[in-house]
Amino acid sequence: MIRTFSFIDVMYLVAAARWTLALTVTAFAGSAVLGLALALARIAPVAPLRWITAAYIHVVQGTPLLVWLFLIFFGLPLTGISVNPWIAAAVAFSIYGSAFLGEIWRGALISIARTQWEAGASLGLSLYEQLRHVIVPQSIRVAIPPTVGFLVQLIKNTSLAATIGFVELTREGQLTAAGTYKPFAVYITVAAIYFAMCFPLTQWSRSLERKLDVAR
Amino acid sequence: MKYGLQFRDVFAAWESILDGVLVTLFLSVCTMVGGLVIGVACAAARVYGPGWLKRLVGTYVEVIRNTPLLVQLFLIFFGLPSFGLRLDGLTAAIIALVINLGAYTTEIVRAGLQAVPKAQVEAGHSLGLSGLQVFRHVVMFPALKAMFPALASQFVLLMLATSVVSQISVQDLFHAASIVQSRTFRDFEVYTVIGVLYLGLAFAFRGLFAGIYYWAFVRR
Repeated sequence: MIRTFSFIDVMYLVAAARWTLALTVTAFAGSAVLGLALALARIAPVAPLRWITAAYIHVVQGTPLLVWLFLIFFGLPLTGISVNPWIAAAVAFSIYGSAFLGEIWRGALISIARTQWEAGASLGLSLYEQLRHVIVPQSIRVAIPPTVGFLVQLIKNTSLAATIGFVELTREGQLTAAGTYKPFAVYITVAAIYFAMCFPLTQWSRSLERKLDVAR
Repeated sequence: MKYGLQFRDVFAAWESILDGVLVTLFLSVCTMVGGLVIGVACAAARVYGPGWLKRLVGTYVEVIRNTPLLVQLFLIFFGLPSFGLRLDGLTAAIIALVINLGAYTTEIVRAGLQAVPKAQVEAGHSLGLSGLQVFRHVVMFPALKAMFPALASQFVLLMLATSVVSQISVQDLFHAASIVQSRTFRDFEVYTVIGVLYLGLAFAFRGLFAGIYYWAFVRR
């Protein structure tokens, strides 16, 4: 049955956006944990650790997110590990996001002058204490604007979860378009909802960049 | 459950995969060229144009950069036929990708143009150079050098992002994967092989861009 695209459909789309947000938050948490470990390993004084993590980042940044999504969703069940779309999407986005977040945070860590480490060392701080009390507090200022910018990328990328049948905003759009046969109106609405989520973050990232005055 | 990896069936379908690689390469190169043209035109409009044009380009950039490529693709492929504009998959894909990449390159080129210190432009003018001569001899080279690395990495990201066109049944590399998968049911092996191929393409493009950078900016 073909029904019209009405206000209630718009509300369904808005409601579906919460799954986009939920997936974004989950993926961000996963990316953050993995990304922090990667960033630290990339500057660690242990060479093999640096090589392995550098290779990981090159591989992940050199393959499409869709491949990770499909590899995990369709590939893993063959090895006996069963995954639902939620877990597959969360894992794929965490792997993908960690490579980008890891590089952003590594950049923030190495942007702090070498002399700051040395100053910490000369005060008798251990390597961990130097990192914890001297380097990280300063590099957070550098890291925050691009991290917020990365969040925008993540929100947009979650649309790919629609391809494995995860019902978030884009998938709900596909279903509504199929039901109402008004694809243009539906996808414009979907795009508008994405814009409403992403644009404020983009603006926030920009104002943070000015306020935290990274170039200083 | 024990599972043995078997790549033989996947490699047997190398012809489908090779076709996919060629379509992905074709899409990527078309989009890079188109996106660069749009980016340069829009950046010039945004830096040197009148106020209304700056706002128009600004809106284009913000709208595209804050919505997903997949939705833009669906809007063009499924939405435009409502207005009687029916495009085949490949055309719709190229249009969507060019519009998408154009917005990102606009920002990169704009940043590159503005990276040239104002004093150098003024110095050019005070030597009696015309606007075009200042652009040609003073602005262009350092601006290109400043924007090249960002442009190169954006292009590689774009090449990887072309994989979403498989969702409107364009027969690119990722689409080839689903065909081989449906024939062999070797999901894990197929997506591993496809992933490695994308990785190879990404390295090839990175190498090419690094070579161009060296040839154009370092060697002299």
